Amino acid sequence: MKKHTIVALVQDRPGVLSRVVGLVRRRGYNIESLAVGHSETPNVSRITMVVEWNDVDQVVKQLYRLIEVLKVSDVTNDPTVEREMVLVKLHAPAPKRHEIVSMCNVFDAKIVDVGVNTMVVEMTGTPAKVENFIEIVKPYGVKEMMRTGRVAMVRGARGHNAAEYAESSNGTNGQFAVNRN
Amino acid sequence: MTQERTGAQIMCEALIREGVEVMFGIPGGAIMPFYFAMWEYRDQLRHVLCRHEQGAGHAAEGYARATGKLGVCIGTSGPGTTNLVTPIADAMMDSTPLLAITGQVSSLVLGKDAFQETDITGITMPITKHNYLVKDINDLPYVFKEAIHIATTGRPGPVLIDITKDAMQARTVPNWDVKLNLPGYKPTYNPNAKQIREAIKLIQSAKKPLIMSGNGVIMAGAIEELAAFAERLRVPVITTLHGIGSFPEDHPLNIGMPGMHGWVHVNRAIQECDVLFNIGGRFDDRVTGKASTFAPNAQVIHVDIDPSEIGKNVKVAVPIVGDAKLTLQAFLEAMPGREDMAELHGNASDWMEHIREMQAKHQGKQQYVSRADTEAMSLPPHDVYDIMNRMINERGDYRICTDVGQHQMWAAQLLDWYRPRTHITSGGAGTMGFAVPAALGVAVACPNETVWAVCGDGGFQMTNQEMATIVQEGITNVKVAVINNGYLGMVRQWQELFENKRYSGTPLTGPDFAKLAEAYGWKGITVEHTEDVEAAMREAYETDGPVLIDFRVEREVNVFPMVPQGKSIGDMITDASQA
Ligand SMILES: Cc1ncc(C[n+]2csc(CCOP(=O)(O)OP(=O)(O)O)c2C)c(N)n1
Ligand SMILES: [Mg+2]
Repeated sequence: MKKHTIVALVQDRPGVLSRVVGLVRRRGYNIESLAVGHSETPNVSRITMVVEWNDVDQVVKQLYRLIEVLKVSDVTNDPTVEREMVLVKLHAPAPKRHEIVSMCNVFDAKIVDVGVNTMVVEMTGTPAKVENFIEIVKPYGVKEMMRTGRVAMVRGARGHNAAEYAESSNGTNGQFAVNRN
Repeated sequence: MTQERTGAQIMCEALIREGVEVMFGIPGGAIMPFYFAMWEYRDQLRHVLCRHEQGAGHAAEGYARATGKLGVCIGTSGPGTTNLVTPIADAMMDSTPLLAITGQVSSLVLGKDAFQETDITGITMPITKHNYLVKDINDLPYVFKEAIHIATTGRPGPVLIDITKDAMQARTVPNWDVKLNLPGYKPTYNPNAKQIREAIKLIQSAKKPLIMSGNGVIMAGAIEELAAFAERLRVPVITTLHGIGSFPEDHPLNIGMPGMHGWVHVNRAIQECDVLFNIGGRFDDRVTGKASTFAPNAQVIHVDIDPSEIGKNVKVAVPIVGDAKLTLQAFLEAMPGREDMAELHGNASDWMEHIREMQAKHQGKQQYVSRADTEAMSLPPHDVYDIMNRMINERGDYRICTDVGQHQMWAAQLLDWYRPRTHITSGGAGTMGFAVPAALGVAVACPNETVWAVCGDGGFQMTNQEMATIVQEGITNVKVAVINNGYLGMVRQWQELFENKRYSGTPLTGPDFAKLAEAYGWKGITVEHTEDVEAAMREAYETDGPVLIDFRVEREVNVFPMVPQGKSIGDMITDASQA
């Protein structure tokens, strides 16, 4: 099975993430990473999902069956920019700190918190680079770690402009409202 | 000027605005405000009180399948909604437009394990086309409009709206000026013209073409178009279980049903054909058998309104996304003249001759009784169907709901089907207990027709409580035929054929069904001999009221022909010795 990166634009409504995830779960696949957030267009969210599966075309088609899904693509073979962020809390007693700081410089990582015996480091990069960074800092002692999961964007003019797929409407005043503030 | 309304009143008015006339349901705590409001609208919105929410759901499905209109069912929170899960799943599998309205606990206690709280939107997410949890009264006009639109358009399906009790009790001046906002939902109705031309070219070049017609043709109302299409091409037509009625069985081009209990000549024709034109069917595994061996020589043209069905189970040469009616119309317009089809007509006629020869060799409807000694049986099931077939067709104006099991397959095989929406069955989900409540819904929709529920003794005992609903509603046009073999027959058949007759969990007893019927206020008749079938049927027809006939058929008879599970449809068995 091959790893696929899927980008989806969805209407921002309660339950939409659950529906998307449910479709993958139904087939017993495991989601390797999932990132969700606002797109450039109000009320449209953008999902990047990495899953290992073999009949990805069928899954994409079935995702389209979901009412709130506006656009889905498998961007695995497209030229993309892919990024992931990681926060790592390292065991960092005073004598080790200098070394950690210089190593962070190499990776363009930022130190965002310093505690008595700890440092929290933020690092952003391609998933491979993040992987690499984690390997390097492991020997210091990782107390906690959180990766955001991959976000992806196709390079150049082609891509997923949410406004193209969304429509404005008067909607309602409640939670299914579209232009609610 | 619009006045202030409660949420529950808005729900009623929303339904009336969308043309809903009948609802099937059961009240309870969380849905009580809706029942309170419903009383005011009772002249426009008929409520049928069922005995079990599963019955309400199947009744709504029966109503929808008989008419093509939306079926509506209602349940209260907790167990009232979980009882709706089976009919919702059934409607999902068979693309039935169904709206389930469920009461939810107040938004103030939502998520706190309140009395009768169940996360029904969570439970039904994978078995609905879409669902909603409404907590705000202001969402009601929009959500009802959108829900009904989704349930009834594109590929129809079940939609559930779960409404918190406080949203139903709140008051507001409803704003009916709502416009659908569904940028992600735009079903494709019009087929692509280029694909149509390509498909025509492929059909024209065929030597052994076949048309397969499914549920989509019936749902799109494309009966005349299909007939014109087949006649212009002169290509043989097969109708799937759900396609039954989309093309009359007495039409010279109709060759019958494919699949697990389809006819040998039909399945062989599929295996031999070089072009297979499937319209409105989804290549279910009960049709294809082992999919990798299905129609090995065929280039497949697949027309479906749901793009995710195309290429799912079978490799497709020409995919066409569209509504069956509009697609067939486009085909008829683009079709070349008769001269350009001379070759196809010649080929198709030779091919038909070949199929009819296979048919003559393999199919005699009465021939697939497993035992050679039918003579010795006092009531072989085939005799019941034979006589029923003659009598229902003599009288006309009938609908038949079948349950799930052997009796269902016999009904599909042994009765002759001529009209759409006359054969109503649970195909995709195979839900035992479907027939009696579905017949209730069909009877409400078609008060001037005779509605038969053909059940097994197993499935009948799952939902026969709706016989009381039928009486309470004053419905007189429902007749139930129990094909009573004292077994969960279809499972027993598999045990006999493939598990060395280990009848584990399949012998089945029941009450005296005729007496049970009498207790419900029905007429009950017991039939044990072939010679009494006709008189019983006649009595059922002549009785102005619901009638049940308990046909105590020979117990161990099998449905043949049959494709054993996981086998190619080319490998059918026609009697037990071949298993
Ligand atoms: C709700 C449900 N439970 C179990 C089954 C599995 N099943 C399929 S056919 C069948 C036997 C049905 O027996 P009966 O209703 O007597 O019909 P017969 O096959 O004897 O005609 C069973 C148990 C099912 N389809 N649906
Ligand atoms: Mg039985």
